Amino acid sequence: MPKLTIDGMEIEVEPGTSILQAAEQLGVEVPRFCYHDKLTVPANCRMCLVEVEGGPPKPQASCALACADNMVVHTNSPMVKKARTGVLEMQLINHPLDCPICDQGGECDLQDQAYAYGFDRSRYHESKSAMPDKELGPLIKTVMTRCINCTRCVRFADEIAGTPMLGQLNRGEDSEIGTFIEQAVDTELSGNLIDVCPVGALTSKPYAFTARSWELQKTETIDVHDAVGSNIRVDSRGNEVMRILPRLHEDVNEEWINDKTRFSYDGLKKKRLDRPWVRGDDGKLHEASWDDALTAVAAQLKKTKPEKTAALAGDLCDLESMVALKDLLGSSHFECRTDRTFFDVSERCGYLFNTTIAGIEKADAILLIGTNPRHEATLINARIRKTWLEKQIKIAMIGEETDLTYPYEHLGTGPQNLEKLIKAKSGFAETLKKAENPMLIVGMGALQREDGDAVQNLAREAAETFGMVTKDWNGFNVLHHAASRVGALDIGFYAKDGFNLADMSLVYLLGADDFDMSAISKKAFVVYQGHHGDAGAARADVILPGAAYTEKDGLYVNTEGRVQMAKRAVNPPGDAREDWTVLRALSGHMGKALPYDNHVQLRDRIVKEWPHMGDIDSTAPAEWKKFGIKSNVLKNNFKPLSQDFYLTNAICRASATMNECTTEFHTESQKAAHMQAAE
Amino acid sequence: MKKPFDLKADYQPEKFTFKNKKAVQEIIARYPKGRQRSAVMPLLDLAQRQNENWIPRAAMDEIAEIIGQPPIKVYEVATFYSMYNLAPVGKYLIQLCGTTPCWLCGSADIMKSCEQHLGIHNGETTKDNLFTLTEVECLGACVNAPMVQINDDYYEDLTAERMVEILEALAAGKDVPVGSQTGRKCSMACSGPTTLEDQAKKAGVA
Repeated sequence: MPKLTIDGMEIEVEPGTSILQAAEQLGVEVPRFCYHDKLTVPANCRMCLVEVEGGPPKPQASCALACADNMVVHTNSPMVKKARTGVLEMQLINHPLDCPICDQGGECDLQDQAYAYGFDRSRYHESKSAMPDKELGPLIKTVMTRCINCTRCVRFADEIAGTPMLGQLNRGEDSEIGTFIEQAVDTELSGNLIDVCPVGALTSKPYAFTARSWELQKTETIDVHDAVGSNIRVDSRGNEVMRILPRLHEDVNEEWINDKTRFSYDGLKKKRLDRPWVRGDDGKLHEASWDDALTAVAAQLKKTKPEKTAALAGDLCDLESMVALKDLLGSSHFECRTDRTFFDVSERCGYLFNTTIAGIEKADAILLIGTNPRHEATLINARIRKTWLEKQIKIAMIGEETDLTYPYEHLGTGPQNLEKLIKAKSGFAETLKKAENPMLIVGMGALQREDGDAVQNLAREAAETFGMVTKDWNGFNVLHHAASRVGALDIGFYAKDGFNLADMSLVYLLGADDFDMSAISKKAFVVYQGHHGDAGAARADVILPGAAYTEKDGLYVNTEGRVQMAKRAVNPPGDAREDWTVLRALSGHMGKALPYDNHVQLRDRIVKEWPHMGDIDSTAPAEWKKFGIKSNVLKNNFKPLSQDFYLTNAICRASATMNECTTEFHTESQKAAHMQAAE
Repeated sequence: MKKPFDLKADYQPEKFTFKNKKAVQEIIARYPKGRQRSAVMPLLDLAQRQNENWIPRAAMDEIAEIIGQPPIKVYEVATFYSMYNLAPVGKYLIQLCGTTPCWLCGSADIMKSCEQHLGIHNGETTKDNLFTLTEVECLGACVNAPMVQINDDYYEDLTAERMVEILEALAAGKDVPVGSQTGRKCSMACSGPTTLEDQAKKAGVA
């Protein structure tokens, strides 16, 4: 353990720690452009220069110099100050003075450093060089003249996203970042390029010129576009969401988010349900007051027998509203698995991502079953790639072949291949057996079948055969794609024995849009409570306008079983209300008011029945028990979830940006396949 | 400065394959296992020699495929080094040194005589596709300045008249002696060795 002195303070650090990291541990700020803690270290910006006593008589790049015993480092000596001033002057030679019209203004590293080390005029009188802007698709705007060639974006695309298409081209004053051949950056993580860029060279195209960073209200909350539960920050102005940024959470999303999370916010402003609607005798929907709408629903609910009533929860529901709906409708049928992924959910370990996301980094062999994590949970895929990059772990997949950004062995496409693997003695079976921490991930594509429970059972058998479950390791994982799903399963929002939706005479849709509405009987009375005018609202007889995830406080349980709290950033539009309050009001109209009048009481009621819901941001390991139903599996192949990455829910479908992405990134063949699946 | 190039130009061939597969294998075998991407530079050179002294985009993609790297990694290398030509050049690529020692010894005159004789300017190619003229930075033969490099060979101790003679001879397909055009040997003084005479004798140049 090297011991050294930085600015007169002694510190002992892990071997291999760079001076910059050590300084950071001490709270000493070292300016930098190219260094980023999640990326490799190129040491090309030279901004982090420090003075090391006894070393060569010149400043040293602290990001690339490992700490050694008895080093004496100065980060603010006259030599350092002079060196950094010089570096900054060079950086600014070709940088345009356009901060007033630059979207990075106010949160720009270069701007901040220029305050600290810059000079108020230029000594450079020659003409500045300018670079042509690049076309990187509908999400990223480029102003290449602002680029300082730190290569963070190149390294991000190479290392984290696994889609190397950016590079540093040419040299000297002509050197520039580009793709060489004109192409959009085709990765679900491309928005993070904007975050890693320390200057205004890469900025958000949808956000361009809409707001300044300092006038935004910042709300720390949780994303609901997939079951990862990425931590995000919603920046709003007035009652409008202006942009969405990632928030650091090492165990969930590190500091990245996918493009759907980041760019679908324009969908929050379109196709919104902002007042109640009731279908009249003419068969058309008419605007109504809350009172009329709730009275109509209450009358129907009272009239209909519980066994003829069903409630379906969609993919974006918060836990509170599901609990309230369950309390309200008591003995009716409930179901959250509108995507028809029917498998045995009686044991918690049977539907959780037991290894946890951070746990992936400990794995040394991974088996993917019927899943495309790149689309279903981009950040889990990024975690797998990170682990592969670090340790070259062995990965195999059963299911449809696709580019996952890391190499894997393809073992077949159907459940019979899994059966074969369990019986096999060599090949990947051997790898799994020898592995210390093997894990498998079952996707919804494998469970979204008639024989879903048999496939789940097979996966459990595989987990047990290959020793994936030990005292301190659980390698059995189910990868969900809906943010509400694990929470709904936890509170029992599903039908244990199943029911036929066509037999129901009243269907209550709580934000449920992603299924075939024709499964509901034509005669049935349909109530839709939600925030977007999508498939559910089109079928509804009464529409109760609810709040989207940015407009309500709520609990969400991600695929690992981590309970996270989302915060309200803006108010719901028009007459729309937070969802649990709608249900509470409805209960009043029915004459059996729910026993909670505010959010705190409701959360108390939840925690009383399900204590783990009170444990915010922790994952309690689920006890390993027998689950699954042994029966024969069908021979047909696993199909990936029939969905377009950019258009998985009502918010995305309303978003112009997401629709643009679909047209841009999906090749003709993908589109054709998508159309076919839709049919 | 690198010659401008256009990836969508008509001159870009659709496909490129190495004619000499054995040479490709030999180059790759030079590097330890797992370090095959180091072969990018010799492979680019091989492609350039095969394809009339320039590298089409298809060749870079082919090389990326061979060494198992994303194409952008090959583009980065190919655009960095000035000796890889990414657009067609004449049969004889004249690289004229214009850095200080050559310039002091009259490289500007050589340039002018080339331009007048060939009817082209810096960076251009003659209509018959025989000559391309570019001015480059120091080529490391300052002692025998001024000098030009034509394809792989150096022509040193030039005068404006000699330069024209060389161009005429090349155009006529005649051989031209490479190296010093005044008969100077190696980098010694014009009158013969003035220092290290015994060494020069030993090397058989004095």
